[in-house]
Amino acid sequence: MFKFEKLVFGDLGWGDEFLFATLMTITVSILSMGLGLCLAIITVWAKLITSSLARFIANLYTTVVRGVPELLVIYLIFFGGNSVVMGIAKLFGYDGYIELNALTIGTIAIAFISATYSSEVIRAAYLSVNKGQVEAAKALGLNKFNIFLKVMGPQIIRHALPGIGNVWQITLKDTSLISVTGLVEIMRQSRIASNVEHSPLTFLITAAFLYLFLTTFSGKFFKILELNYSKGYN
Amino acid sequence: MQNWIDYLYESLLFRNFMEVLGGLDNTLLLLVISLPIGFVLSLLFALGRVSKNKFISKIIAGYIFVIRGTPLLVQIYLIYFGLGSIKFIRESFLWYLLEEPFWCGVLALTINTVAYGSEIFRGGIQSITKGQIESGLSLGFNKLTLLRKIILPIALRKVLPSYGNELILMVKATSLVSLTTYMEMTGIARKIMAKTFAPVEAFIAAGILYLFLNFLMVQFVKYLEWKYNPHLRLTES
Repeated sequence: MFKFEKLVFGDLGWGDEFLFATLMTITVSILSMGLGLCLAIITVWAKLITSSLARFIANLYTTVVRGVPELLVIYLIFFGGNSVVMGIAKLFGYDGYIELNALTIGTIAIAFISATYSSEVIRAAYLSVNKGQVEAAKALGLNKFNIFLKVMGPQIIRHALPGIGNVWQITLKDTSLISVTGLVEIMRQSRIASNVEHSPLTFLITAAFLYLFLTTFSGKFFKILELNYSKGYN
Repeated sequence: MQNWIDYLYESLLFRNFMEVLGGLDNTLLLLVISLPIGFVLSLLFALGRVSKNKFISKIIAGYIFVIRGTPLLVQIYLIYFGLGSIKFIRESFLWYLLEEPFWCGVLALTINTVAYGSEIFRGGIQSITKGQIESGLSLGFNKLTLLRKIILPIALRKVLPSYGNELILMVKATSLVSLTTYMEMTGIARKIMAKTFAPVEAFIAAGILYLFLNFLMVQFVKYLEWKYNPHLRLTES
């Protein structure tokens, strides 16, 4: 059953391995969330400008990526990404073999998935800012950059934060899927450990506990952030 | 024209597509069993969550917290690898079910969807205004009639869009069951990739099928919304 003695730190247990695995999960989550937010902002921009081609591409991207399973997206990028990168390198005259490491590929894959969710959140937040406020800012003589920085930006963040918190939780849980690429994060580590020790229950429950810990505490963090950004409202 | 059709027929993508299509029934089987059970259990759990019995409510809240805080993959692995390592389960009748990856998948998917679904239904039930319940009580409805005639019809209509979202997430979640060696569409796509070394064609073929499945699901939910919200329909002209 549950073997606590296998979870000690040092050579006898898997404690330190799990600590590094947790750090890896956090790293991948933060990197892909950040990359995903950048992608999401580009997507939202493409959806709101007048160019119908840009809008079409952005809509196609969000519809397709949200319509297929995350695992499939990860497989596609993990197994197909290398050939794409090598193709691009060939255009620049490099003919050798390139292999991206699992961290890069995993981060890109999760970012692709997370960006589709974030883009919906950011778009809704952008649209919920009252138009009169932009007009008021214009009347005050603010230029475009300052309108965005001082009027739109803070309000978009305030409206988007609860949704972004949800996307963060989804992203954090999705990182468990990139264990299929061989990257040693919590999920992969627990599979390795349970194969070595023949005690899947111990390590899988540990993994579940670690994920629960991460989601709970990051949820608390987002609550504090939300409070901070809605100071003027309550 | 004939040339073009021949080309399509011979193409790797098309052949992969037909092969992945063979896994469609396995994917659907997972959904057909876990979704209805999940729906009924979600309703029961939501009612338990809003009930005045603190004990039941707390237990369900804990269950929802744990399941929503952990990835589905962990849950699937825990059921598939974890439960099998407990001796008395291996010796009990449960083992006849849990030894099959299919039933492990069904169990994990059901447990997962019940946690999300019951939160959705809870929102619907709690959004019912007090006046509606009081008017039911003033008509002399007992608790069951109140539930059947007032609470459920109103709550279910309200949560249809968000429950539809959950249904789509479930369609996508079935792909994870392929990691327990169960051969549904993603599993077959992976097998094709190992065989042909052409990952892009294999996974795009599966992706198209999932997109189609989700498209059908969206249409189904839209139809339900149209059918059960006649007051929101645009007047036909």
